[in-house]
Amino acid sequence: MIGTGISVNSITARRRRHPLARLAVVALALGLLGGGYAAAAPSDSTADAAVASGKADDVAEGRSLFVAHCASCHGISAEGTSMGPTLVGVGAAAVDFQVSSGRMPAADPSAQAPRKPLGEWVTPEAVRQLAAYVQTLGGGPTIPTKEMVSGGDAAKGGELFRANCIQCHNFVGAGGALTYGKYAPDLNESTPEQIYEAMATGPQAMPVFNDSVVKPENKADIIAYITQVRGQVDPGGFGLGRIGPVTEGLVVWVAGLSFMSLAAIWITAKKRKRTSK
Amino acid sequence: MNETPKAIAGPATYLDDRLGAGSFLKRNLRKVFPDHWSFLLGEIALYSFIILLLTGTFLTFWFKPSMGHVEYQGVYEPLKGVMMSEAYASTLHISFEVRGGLLIRQMHHWAALLFVAGMMVHALRVFFTGAYRKPRELNWIIGVLLLTLALAEGLTGYSLPDDLLSGAGLRITEGVAISLPIVGTYITFFLFGGEYPGVDVISRFYTLHILLIPGILLALISAHMVLMWVQKHTQMPGPGRTEHNVVGAPFYPAFMAKAGAYFLFTFACIAGLGTFAQINPIWLFGPYTPADISAGSQPDFYMGFLEGALRLMPAWEINFLDHTVPLSVLIPALVPMGIIMTGLALYPFAEQWITGDRREHHLADRPRNAPVRTSIGMAAVTFYGILWLLGANDEISTHFHIGLYETTIIGRFAIFIGPAIAYWITYRICIGLQRRDQDILSHGVESGVIKRLPHGEYIEVHTPPAEDIAEHMRGKKQIPIVPGDDDKDGIPPKGVRGPIGKLRAAASKFYGTDHVPLDGHGHHDGHGDGHDEHAAVGAGDKPRELH
Repeated sequence: MIGTGISVNSITARRRRHPLARLAVVALALGLLGGGYAAAAPSDSTADAAVASGKADDVAEGRSLFVAHCASCHGISAEGTSMGPTLVGVGAAAVDFQVSSGRMPAADPSAQAPRKPLGEWVTPEAVRQLAAYVQTLGGGPTIPTKEMVSGGDAAKGGELFRANCIQCHNFVGAGGALTYGKYAPDLNESTPEQIYEAMATGPQAMPVFNDSVVKPENKADIIAYITQVRGQVDPGGFGLGRIGPVTEGLVVWVAGLSFMSLAAIWITAKKRKRTSK
Repeated sequence: MNETPKAIAGPATYLDDRLGAGSFLKRNLRKVFPDHWSFLLGEIALYSFIILLLTGTFLTFWFKPSMGHVEYQGVYEPLKGVMMSEAYASTLHISFEVRGGLLIRQMHHWAALLFVAGMMVHALRVFFTGAYRKPRELNWIIGVLLLTLALAEGLTGYSLPDDLLSGAGLRITEGVAISLPIVGTYITFFLFGGEYPGVDVISRFYTLHILLIPGILLALISAHMVLMWVQKHTQMPGPGRTEHNVVGAPFYPAFMAKAGAYFLFTFACIAGLGTFAQINPIWLFGPYTPADISAGSQPDFYMGFLEGALRLMPAWEINFLDHTVPLSVLIPALVPMGIIMTGLALYPFAEQWITGDRREHHLADRPRNAPVRTSIGMAAVTFYGILWLLGANDEISTHFHIGLYETTIIGRFAIFIGPAIAYWITYRICIGLQRRDQDILSHGVESGVIKRLPHGEYIEVHTPPAEDIAEHMRGKKQIPIVPGDDDKDGIPPKGVRGPIGKLRAAASKFYGTDHVPLDGHGHHDGHGDGHDEHAAVGAGDKPRELH
């Protein structure tokens, strides 16, 4: 800039007295100052996220979606009400998890919002816009990329899964009961992204497994285990829901003993002698 | 023509001379067995046991009862490189790499479930028909021992693969052992060879599971069969059946063919389940680590009632002389099991004491004709059933969307109220069925033929029941009651004096009083005269006008 300053002066020498010259100088100075500040200032998540998760239009669009579908419980500025918590700082990941799985908007304020079919307005586009808006409110975990949720080591993931997840979700993620009407949902319907987001944000009754508890690559390992095991064909026949001995006991009594009783009745059946009329 | 061919006669004579087999067979091949489908239920357990021995032997060829740590390098991808015990690794090896291994493993496990289930329904049949009465009390006790041992056999077998689920069972076993006052710690350290889980328990359970318990089971089953053979099987009441004969088919050929066919049915059932229904998928559970536990960890069904008791129990704990007595574990572990097993074992003797009945019984009771016994039985079944159901309360909660705490609270009430309700309902059903029998015997069965009487009334003609059914119903026998009334000097008879004697007299009266005597009630045979018939049409007070 300094080196080129002289030449700029010589070229514009005749126009320095132009009526608009003062205005141009002020504009240039402001522009330099603003640009310099923007470049030098620490990259703030609020400003960054709007750029990262889409265009600034997405934020505006997301805000109108939020006002239409979420604000009645979460408050008009997502500050939270008695019906729903604040969404400041929950991050785009939380929005993507809750909305893409149909849990939010909640149908009724029960102990836990269940997974349900998506509403008509819930398109991937709408979820992205909503997430972009909520991300601008106070940052938080962002939506994982495809690379972040794939390529894990299933065996390693299995160990982490058994150590961290199955006490609530069951050994194949078939789900389990929790207290006061809450429950750990079936993981076999969740997309890899949703599993990642659940770990990162700790939705509903679930604790947060942030990156210092379960490292991002380990999250991918866990996802690899869940998806690999659920894709497996049961080698032993019908899986009976993969929930353990409860259904096995049911089968042996309902199918096994009924079969054996019918066989016993058949074997010992006698032809009744018709009484002559 | 009638001469036996030499090829058969030669060896037969040889054996006969040395073993006396001929006369033995002559005596026993014609042994008569009564026919009723429920008499085959015990055979489910017998044949399952045979299949258990065969499949179990197959499994021992590859199973390594060791808790030594190895890195898994088998074919199951999601566990590759995971550290696990040799026991678990070898069970995975049997499941995925041994030809037919998974099928045999699954058959073994299904056979185990069918073994216990078969014993349970057999015991229920014996109980509800009073077939445990003299002279069969000792065989009944052998049966109770068999059932108890089967639970122990199941528990040790469930622990062997050393997967996460079996570890959960082992941990509860440890918890129960260590909760025993005074001796608990010593027993636990003895069982596990030190701190839980140690490195010994799998190999110890293995010896118990494949040697000691099956050995005792085999011996007791043999004794059970021999006693049954010698004492002869009970039979249901019916035409020509008395306390002194057995009506049925001879062992050879008819009963042998039936028993053989029933073995094949049992085999088919177990093989079918082993082929089509996955059981105990240990690869999904993962290796056991004391730090891990899965939601929905359940025992096999026959341990479910203990699991349920544990889940229902409030967290009670007392401190006695600076020693913690964890009632929340002790009571559920010992009390329901004690009530059920001790109750079963003592029932024949309690009944004898109450009724004063020391006669031999070879004719079975129909459950309705001993309403108090049947109702006590159903109350016990309900008690067991509620505990069993509540052992799966987390699965019930998840799959039927009922709160977990609600299931527990409902269960805590149901465990006391349920048996009482079951007792009352069963009693009413028994009385109702007895009335129905009496009705059929005195009025016959509806024939579907409507008859118009000369004065215009329509009646349905009732015909006498078929002879065998009538005999079956008439087989009802009065339950004896100990004489309890005071004599003319106001002195109660011997045996019912004092508070215990009074209790006995009252219990006896309660137990034996027949509310629906077959030949009482003054209902004479109403056929033909019409006044006692159910009028089909035209009955009532309306004036009849016939034109």
